[in-house]
Amino acid sequence: MLALLLGSGALALVALARNADKVTAAVPYMALLSVFYIVAHIAMRRTASQADPLILPVAAFLNALGLAAVYRLSPSEFGPAQITWTIVGIGAFVATLLFVRDFDVLSRYKYILGFAGVALLLLPLAPGIGATINGARLWVSLGPLSFQPGELAKVCLVVFFAAYLAERKELLAIASRRLLGMHFPDLKHFGPLLVMWGLSLAVMFFEKDLGSSLLFFSIFLVMLYVATARIVYVAIGLVMFAIGAYIGYQIFTHVQQRVQIWLDVFNPRFIADEGYQLAQSLFALATGGLFGTGLGQGRPDLIPAAHTDFIFAVIGEELGMMGTAGVLLCFMLLVARGLRIAMHSRGDFGQLLAVGLTTIFGVQTIIILAGVTRLMPLTGITLPFMSYGGSSLISNFILIALLIRISHQTAAAPDPAMTGEILIGGR
Amino acid sequence: MQAQIRKVGLGLVFLFLAVFFQLNYVQIFAAERIASNNANIRSLLREYSIQRGDIITLDGTRVAISKPTGKKLKYRRSYPQGELYGHITGFYSINYGESRIESTFHKQLLGDAGVISMQDIQDRFLGAGEEGDDVRLTIHSKLQQAARAALGANKGAVVAMDPQTGEVRAMWSNPSYDPTPLASHDSAEAKRYWNSLDPESSTSPLVSKATSRGYAPGSTVKVITTAAALETKYQPDDTFPDPVELELPQTDETLTNFTKTACVGGQIDLFTALEVSCDTTFAMIGMELPNEVREMAEAIGFNEQIPFDVGTEASSFPEVGEDNKPFQAYVAIGQGDVVATPLQMALVAATVANGGEVPRPQLVREVIDPSGGIVERFQPETLGSAMSSDTAREVTEMMEAVVQGDNGTGQAAQIPGVTVAAKTGTAQTVEGASPHAWFIAFAPAEDPQLAVAVIVENGGQVGSEATGGAVAAPIAKTLLEADRQIRGW
Repeated sequence: MLALLLGSGALALVALARNADKVTAAVPYMALLSVFYIVAHIAMRRTASQADPLILPVAAFLNALGLAAVYRLSPSEFGPAQITWTIVGIGAFVATLLFVRDFDVLSRYKYILGFAGVALLLLPLAPGIGATINGARLWVSLGPLSFQPGELAKVCLVVFFAAYLAERKELLAIASRRLLGMHFPDLKHFGPLLVMWGLSLAVMFFEKDLGSSLLFFSIFLVMLYVATARIVYVAIGLVMFAIGAYIGYQIFTHVQQRVQIWLDVFNPRFIADEGYQLAQSLFALATGGLFGTGLGQGRPDLIPAAHTDFIFAVIGEELGMMGTAGVLLCFMLLVARGLRIAMHSRGDFGQLLAVGLTTIFGVQTIIILAGVTRLMPLTGITLPFMSYGGSSLISNFILIALLIRISHQTAAAPDPAMTGEILIGGR
Repeated sequence: MQAQIRKVGLGLVFLFLAVFFQLNYVQIFAAERIASNNANIRSLLREYSIQRGDIITLDGTRVAISKPTGKKLKYRRSYPQGELYGHITGFYSINYGESRIESTFHKQLLGDAGVISMQDIQDRFLGAGEEGDDVRLTIHSKLQQAARAALGANKGAVVAMDPQTGEVRAMWSNPSYDPTPLASHDSAEAKRYWNSLDPESSTSPLVSKATSRGYAPGSTVKVITTAAALETKYQPDDTFPDPVELELPQTDETLTNFTKTACVGGQIDLFTALEVSCDTTFAMIGMELPNEVREMAEAIGFNEQIPFDVGTEASSFPEVGEDNKPFQAYVAIGQGDVVATPLQMALVAATVANGGEVPRPQLVREVIDPSGGIVERFQPETLGSAMSSDTAREVTEMMEAVVQGDNGTGQAAQIPGVTVAAKTGTAQTVEGASPHAWFIAFAPAEDPQLAVAVIVENGGQVGSEATGGAVAAPIAKTLLEADRQIRGW
């Protein structure tokens, strides 16, 4: 409730800053969203009463703040659309909770989901429906609707990885020899890694999307590591990714450009063209300083694509370091809760699924934030719950619904080892 | 698997912290440096969304105005009088920043002078466009026009000020430039015009000769030498030898008068020496009282930047070594490294006219808020006393003779019914080039209303035949007459 209040307040402030008459215009939106979040909350209490109580409010807060920023940037186009998408997202959240009453069931559909994930990932490459927007072939256009199947693919793939690894973890963990202080499994066990490597390279080369490529590969590495405890997979995986990235750097001029811009963003050679977006992002953040210019008082509209990938810079300009640090804290909180759920979850599948979902959420957040703040070369990817975009919102709502489901099942039926502790605790 | 999950958690925390530290860097530690990058047009957009105040003359002519553009940069600066006020208003340009009044009063013109009025609060609350304050000059548009007309095609400058207040009534330097193209929002247009002005050169039309170009002041300096002599030990009727050639100690050189003859023959008194501009007399005084002459010059503003509402170059009066007699002689007659701006020489005339008090020259009378209220009023100030009022009166009488006397060099400045006090100057420049023609004057002598300094570079159209009396005096006269007509004295 507090989150909703804050979010609504921000939305009202935005409206106020733009035009005093529009305060009232924002009210129905605020009311509408509040109703839907309350519905979501009730759905959660009903179907997952023992679930982690923090996840939904924190996500709702981030979402409301993002919504305020998107609305502030585009009160007639993206703002209302984002509200619609949020409602659809909440719908997906509720539907996930309703239909997935037992997450373990998901492991039965692992191959279907895995196949669906790969298919979704590669769908933009299909002639006729695939579309290239801003240089990356990430989109599928069907009539008036266009969406990024990659966003949904990540959830499917995580489920598949979790189920697959839960089944094979012992096998994959068998170390046949030691080298350099690391246990080396048999060569044949590197097969899955190789497949994933190929897949992420395909995303990088054919869809020209470095961010997603990095995301998918790193998530697989993390889950593989969690499942097997073999750091060697991570080491070899990183080397493989480095090789892939190096090849990409050599082949694609746009990759070289990204790196050059990252290293030298204020060079007059880039600042007006290729580096304009990143430079404007940094200007926005720097202008915001500690306290920001105030909502609606800055000029974040100067950043191209401010409402999608650069929403964080908008927060940074208008709410300052206070705002960005707060947002960062919220994301860390979500990640912490997610990992906590993973730790306490029973069964390999549950643990791996929770870790995977949390990690993909966290890594995606870090990739775009690091890009926007020039900590690493920029790769276009959405900021969960905050960026404009239906595909991203829906898949992230599904993601937290799954986490909530896992946490509920863990708490509702604690494993025997935990029971004693709870009894002692007197709960 | 819990151990691994914990490690994954640590890894993510580490990455989040990295982002957090980077945020600290971008938003706090390096924020100022990043935000001040030229490519950050945020402050520019803000500035150009304000209706910058107008610059208006004393009599209400708007010489710098803001026009709505209907574009992202909401207002554009325009200068309806073209080049006439170029060196006064300066420009307000996206490419080249601000200069002159546009620079000095930048904050006031933006309405950002730190004084928050009810109007500001109202504007902000109602979301109305912000409006800056107007700046009212001391320049009178008619006198400014007269100055341009009087100088005509001659290269040079005219400075006219009220000697009692220091308020500059006209300040014109030819050639000038039109600030409007520089204020263009079309960067290419601004650049083209800027480059056509030869911006790197010291003789660029962008440079105001009136405030920022130093010339050898020639015989106009004798007013300073005279004042120093009268303050120290001499009377106007004290006599000096009047040789055809003055031998300069330590050298084989001799100093001759402009006419290559004795000034009057035999003995000459100080009064007549100024009237006929006798070089040898003042050279002798210079060698006798070198420090006193320099100190008099410094009291009137030499060797230091004159405090003014727009930038100035300091005039210089060199400190000559005790033994360097020839140099002391040259300096006392305005040659030998003495360099003065027209503003400085106008100040010399104004100081004598003002009874020895040096008025602080000023170009802006007041700052007015959009509703017409006076935000700031600049009162006349004095920079100190250079000479006693007795000395000033005696110098005035001697300067009157320059115009009114039978042998005066400035007779061209005579105005029927008005006593004009003046001094001519004809300054040799480089070998072969025509001399600069100077004239400093004020009138009426008994109650001075206007002090004027005129310089015509290299004698103007008259060329090598030029003297201050022939070329510059009529220009000063025109200005005095115009001011008399405008203000009715």
